[in-house]
Amino acid sequence: MIPVCALQDLPVGEAVRIEAEVPIAVFNVDGTLYAIDDTCTHQDASLADGWLDGCAVECPLHAACFDLRTGMPSGPPAKKPVRTHEVVVVDGQIYVNVNAPQRMGV
Amino acid sequence: MRVIAIAGASLAGLSTARALREAGFDGRVVVVGDEPHRPYDRPPLSKEFLAGTMSAAELALESDDEALDVDWRLGARAVALDPALRTIVLDSGERIVCDGVVLATGARARRLPGSPLAGVHTLRTLDDAIALRAELVAGARLVVIGAGFIGAEVASTARGLGLAVTVVEQQAVPLAGPLGAELGGVCAALHGEHGVELITGVGVAGLTGADRVRSVHLTDGRELAADVVVVGVGAVPNTEWLAGSGLDAERGVRTDARCATGIPSVVAVGDCAVSHNPFAGAEIRLEHWTNALEQPATAAATLLGQEQLPSPRAPYFWSDQYGARLQFAGHRRDGDRMEVVDGDPAARRFSAVFRRGDRPVAVFAMNQPKVFGRWRRELRAAAPEPV
Ligand SMILES: Cc1cc2nc3c(=O)[nH]c(=O)nc-3n(C[C@H](O)[C@H](O)[C@H](O)COP(=O)(O)OP(=O)(O)OC[C@H]3O[C@@H](n4cnc5c(N)ncnc54)[C@H](O)[C@@H]3O)c2cc1C
Ligand code: FES
Repeated sequence: MIPVCALQDLPVGEAVRIEAEVPIAVFNVDGTLYAIDDTCTHQDASLADGWLDGCAVECPLHAACFDLRTGMPSGPPAKKPVRTHEVVVVDGQIYVNVNAPQRMGV
Repeated sequence: MRVIAIAGASLAGLSTARALREAGFDGRVVVVGDEPHRPYDRPPLSKEFLAGTMSAAELALESDDEALDVDWRLGARAVALDPALRTIVLDSGERIVCDGVVLATGARARRLPGSPLAGVHTLRTLDDAIALRAELVAGARLVVIGAGFIGAEVASTARGLGLAVTVVEQQAVPLAGPLGAELGGVCAALHGEHGVELITGVGVAGLTGADRVRSVHLTDGRELAADVVVVGVGAVPNTEWLAGSGLDAERGVRTDARCATGIPSVVAVGDCAVSHNPFAGAEIRLEHWTNALEQPATAAATLLGQEQLPSPRAPYFWSDQYGARLQFAGHRRDGDRMEVVDGDPAARRFSAVFRRGDRPVAVFAMNQPKVFGRWRRELRAAAPEPV
């Protein structure tokens, strides 16, 4: 489990990026936390910098939208999903359980 | 509407085919493209692809599971449009009779006058990029003519590959047209910071070399030795083939905000179109990726007679140079007031907003995507001058 930050440091509507083996983005959507791979599958942009709209994040570069629950893109230009990861909160501290790397979208 | 023909098989053409299917069109869609390749993405050609970190396969715009049911005519050029007969004529002689026509033939790189020399490149197509990449070897001397976005990106990528790079720009300040002199200056400074020489306010008089280029002559008498030259002096819309069709297509195909041309059932999208832009309140030709991606939804609705208001979204483009990400949205005019609203230009991390009166009309950011995204949305809410 990788520590992210204190729960109180990630307010509703915000995102934080952490450097794991690959960068991970953790989002707080109305009190529910989601973690996905931070790098957009289209080109090189950080999804933690994206626009949060409900359970979707819009990439800040070319506006591909990813569902935070599934990692699936809603349409072009992204063709592949991002990986999703489990988030847990222990004693007011956020952790992510990073999924083993796998090939996506093949 | 049973058959729709799309001329141009790149981002705007493919996006229109997608938009037509999404809007429920189940007739035949024929897409004509003069390049031999399936639709591919151009922006990486001056960036990741040229740097060698992205393959040609990764440029593909279609996804593997995409079932568009399109009748492709690749390696075929449209040479005439006869609106009366609703026919597109191809260079092979084939005539495509259709009910609706989408013009998406984009633009091509402008060239220097004179006969071409080996070692002199323009960059617009995959084949251009493959040819250029083969010549970008470490230690070679590259002269880039034109410090616009493509020229700056090529210079940046070539520098990363270890070439000695000089950029020549006729204007006093590069990018002053789109960004204004102040921000143009901030971007231009990136060249020097990364060991690229930028020569401004001087034109190119000509190139020398027997069969291969040897040097670039400037109008002030200087001569720059060159192993490779890239000409990045803008793009020209591919609309000559429409001569005689009755369309107004001299500087691009003129359309209204709904992508409709002067001829019923003929629409135009992307880099080849000069469209009324609700945000800018003017007819403009955008050479931006996002426009070619988004405008087709409007064009498809127009063609199918569906009600859809043109997007009030602000025009948007980005550029990557020397590791810096540049983003711009909106429409800047001379006289607009620029204000840095976040960060610090000296730190190469900042956002700036242009205002006309009190109204924000454009936003620029360097390495600040999150702040930029918020402002970009604010523009959408604040701006459009009504159609
Ligand atoms: C190197 C490079 C880097 C770029 N980087 C960026 C960037 O960072 N950000 C950004 O916003 N934009 C960028 N752009 C711009 C972006 O790629 C274009 O706006 C976009 O490609 C326009 O799409 P389009 O389909 O309208 O036209 P095009 O991509 O030009 O496609 C038109 C197609 O039609 C074909 N065609 C032309 N005439 C005919 C004919 N008579 N018959 C059949 N086919 C024909 C052409 O060969 C071409 O394949 C870049 C462009 C280039 C070249
Ligand atoms: S990098 Fe995210 S959509 Fe292009």
